[in-house]
Amino acid sequence: MKANVIVFPGSNCDRDVKVALEKFQIQTTMVWHQENEMPKSDVVVLPGGFSYGDYLRCGSMASKSNIMNEVIKHADKGGYLIGICNGFQILTETGLLPGALLRNKKLKFICKYVNLLIENNSTPFTSKYKKNEKIKIPIAHNEGNYFADEKTLNELQNNEQIVLKYCDENLNINEESNPNGSCLNIAGIINKNKNVIGMMPHPERCVENILGGTDGSGIFQSLLN
Amino acid sequence: MTEVNLDLAVQHGLTPEEYEKIKILIGRNPNFTELGIFSAMWNEHCSYKSSRVWLGTLPTKNDRVIQGPGENAGVINIDDGDVAIFKIESHNHPSFIEPYQGAATGVGGILRDVFTMGARPIANLNAIRFGSPNHPKTKHLLNGVVAGIAGYGNCIGVPTVGGEVEFDSCYDGNILVNAMNIGLAKKDKVFYSIASGVGNPVIYVGSKTGRDGIHGASMASQEFDSDSESKKPTVQVGDPFAEKLLLEACLELMQTDTIVSIQDMGAAGLTSSSVEMASKGNIGIELDLNKVPCRETGMTPYEMMLSESQERMLIVLKTGKEKEAEKIFKKWDLDFSVIGILTDSKNLTLKYDNKTVCDIPISALADEAPKYEREWIEIKKPEQTDLEKKLDDVNLDQTIKNLLSHPNQADKSWVWEQYDHMVMCDTAQFPGGDAAVIRVHGNNKKAIAASVDCTPRYCNSHPYTGGMQAVCETYRNLCAVGAEPIAITNCLNFGNPEKPEIMGQFVGVIKGMTEACKKLNYPVISGNVSLYNETNGVGINPTPTIGGVGLIKDISKVKSSRFKNKNNNIYIIGKTIGHLEQSVLCYDILHLKKGPPPPIDLNDELKNSEAIRSLINKNLIESCHDISSGGLILCLLEMSIASQIGFKLNTNKKSLDRVKFLFGEDQSRYIVEVDDQNKNSFEKKLVDLNVYFENIGKTSEKINIDDDLKFDLQELSKLNKEWFYKYNN
Repeated sequence: MKANVIVFPGSNCDRDVKVALEKFQIQTTMVWHQENEMPKSDVVVLPGGFSYGDYLRCGSMASKSNIMNEVIKHADKGGYLIGICNGFQILTETGLLPGALLRNKKLKFICKYVNLLIENNSTPFTSKYKKNEKIKIPIAHNEGNYFADEKTLNELQNNEQIVLKYCDENLNINEESNPNGSCLNIAGIINKNKNVIGMMPHPERCVENILGGTDGSGIFQSLLN
Repeated sequence: MTEVNLDLAVQHGLTPEEYEKIKILIGRNPNFTELGIFSAMWNEHCSYKSSRVWLGTLPTKNDRVIQGPGENAGVINIDDGDVAIFKIESHNHPSFIEPYQGAATGVGGILRDVFTMGARPIANLNAIRFGSPNHPKTKHLLNGVVAGIAGYGNCIGVPTVGGEVEFDSCYDGNILVNAMNIGLAKKDKVFYSIASGVGNPVIYVGSKTGRDGIHGASMASQEFDSDSESKKPTVQVGDPFAEKLLLEACLELMQTDTIVSIQDMGAAGLTSSSVEMASKGNIGIELDLNKVPCRETGMTPYEMMLSESQERMLIVLKTGKEKEAEKIFKKWDLDFSVIGILTDSKNLTLKYDNKTVCDIPISALADEAPKYEREWIEIKKPEQTDLEKKLDDVNLDQTIKNLLSHPNQADKSWVWEQYDHMVMCDTAQFPGGDAAVIRVHGNNKKAIAASVDCTPRYCNSHPYTGGMQAVCETYRNLCAVGAEPIAITNCLNFGNPEKPEIMGQFVGVIKGMTEACKKLNYPVISGNVSLYNETNGVGINPTPTIGGVGLIKDISKVKSSRFKNKNNNIYIIGKTIGHLEQSVLCYDILHLKKGPPPPIDLNDELKNSEAIRSLINKNLIESCHDISSGGLILCLLEMSIASQIGFKLNTNKKSLDRVKFLFGEDQSRYIVEVDDQNKNSFEKKLVDLNVYFENIGKTSEKINIDDDLKFDLQELSKLNKEWFYKYNN
């Protein structure tokens, strides 16, 4: 399996994702944002970081980068596309995923392990998990507060597009277990075609016990299925 | 042109004697630009004029030191062709005036010091100190500083893995923001700042120069008064995005064979970077200021030379390599300009609009900078007090709860969860433990451990013991995770050195540090001095922040400070006398601030710490935590809260003796957890090493001290956690 990781000026989880992909024998190429073409691949990753310094609005300038035309074509053809953290923000800015990521409710950057509920395991990115399984994956963001209007939220629910939700140790989904104020505790969503996923948590940060956990591995293993 | 006279020189922070010396050195009256340049090079911040004499007495070498003080950062050998490069620096004055930008640019500055040398930065640490939580400015300063550190470090993508946060009314008017960075490089790919090769081009790269931060270094060399708010324009504004681009561009350039030397533009900007590079190479430098990329129009030579705009570097390239280098900086959308050339004149020559606006010998700016042997008085160790009478009626139950919920002992996750401590995916031990552990990227066994420490109340009581203790504490923290301590970097924060008692504190601390560094073979390889931390004549507690770095050869053996299992044995390693003066109990809880700090026996320090390393190496212990501020009881409670495993402690002591046992801050001690299976080999090992130890209890479900003090672990955890959240709500 082959992956392209897009590198924007200000990306800073690009290397981390590459290391994780390669750990699962996914051959990875880094692609610079100014390129007009990219190697053929099964999956494209938009990594975390602060593309263009988060200036203007997180992800907005990256969404207009040259390479994004290719990334959108790849997704339109049904290729897998993952946006992690800043990558998720870029996906909402391009319109590939609905909604927006606002400033965290408490206005502070949050970096910590959180509990997540696998809401939908019938996607190419989550098939290795069980439905309603609880996993622990870190978040690290200042703008992860997922917002969409009621109509969109209803659609997301009806189409089973909500993949990950913030929960507590006992799988409760409520205000206390919501770290950033996201609507419906949403941590990750998928498009209708089920080939484009955006998630605030960083699975690449927990694929080794020495780093605090391995619950992120399922995302990469699912891809290989 | 502004007329240069004594008044103007004094306004620039120069003394009348210094102004006279300048005139003699250059044989004429300096012009306005030249005066600005002298004031920038000769201020305390850049010239270390009060501290140089004493800094020279610190030990700076051991078998692993490749580069000691004098470069952008120190370099140590960590085997296999790898080196670690690190330094700590203060950004106190700017952070007090504008906390977010002050702290952010402090992080940015120390990052540049490290990547200038060819290292990829792998970890940020910091030590931040604020006034009393009740002081009207504290909440604003705390929030601003933490957000600034987070804003810069998170964006550039270097994890912030450890540090210290402390509150004390002595910092009401002068907060401390000390930022440390560690980077990794290959031994044969380290870059230095020594300029060489007459005719080689001098290159400016990075962000444009603006009017921000002019006279920043001079501001940092003065005391504050009620007018300090008006100094806001001297604070620089950071752009971590630009720094990220600069970092990647510089590291890319360093892979090519183009660089002669490289230096970041930090304090005193273009002036100090060009003068330092030329001075080290004993060579001249000529700059054409019309070529300096400026953010604003109409900037004068004076402003360009004194600006402290951030995210800029000065590079000497090999002749003919300009195009190759320029291509890399253009790729990263950064300014690149050939602004000058190395000359054989040994002068700093500046041209602007085809006129010479400055022509002064480099040696006059650097070697001839003033160096003062300031007057100092020795600060003696205070007498023991009759403190004990006041401790008879201590209510232990309530005191333990007060200790855990005191801001200085409270859980700091509110702070470090704002820092991305995981990016780069090599952080093996998160903040909150004894030392941070960061894996050497791409190596599955090797790691770096780091810790930042100081106990200012000890330093204030007896600077000599306090200086020694700060060094020992980092040493202990590194040993507690199983690392071999290698070297330190120091950030020496003091008041006004022109006062003999302040200079006495400085000298005492240096002497104490020297003793400890020698005995532990743990030299100083980089650092910074911040003086004049005074407002309206009131100085801070002397605060020599020490950043220690160690090597872990097998990361799988690393120990944390969390209890691992119930029914394991708990031991103290090291002797407990029960020294209470200057303890957290007396100082922070009971406000009894007299008396000497706990003494340190460096032989015990070395012996006990080596024993810990050996126990970890042989896998004979399950967890380990050094006993520091708060004594034995806080140490046990921290291990307990982190793991949610309780303990049954048997002190076999009553009343005052028990208070001393629980809260005493005797040095060179550790708590370790040992399972039954290893108990005999563990005890035999310590007997063989002739190390003092005591079995004091077992890990268990609940917290129980001598069967008469019982605590609910969840309640204590909540107390410990909630202070920061309540305060900042």
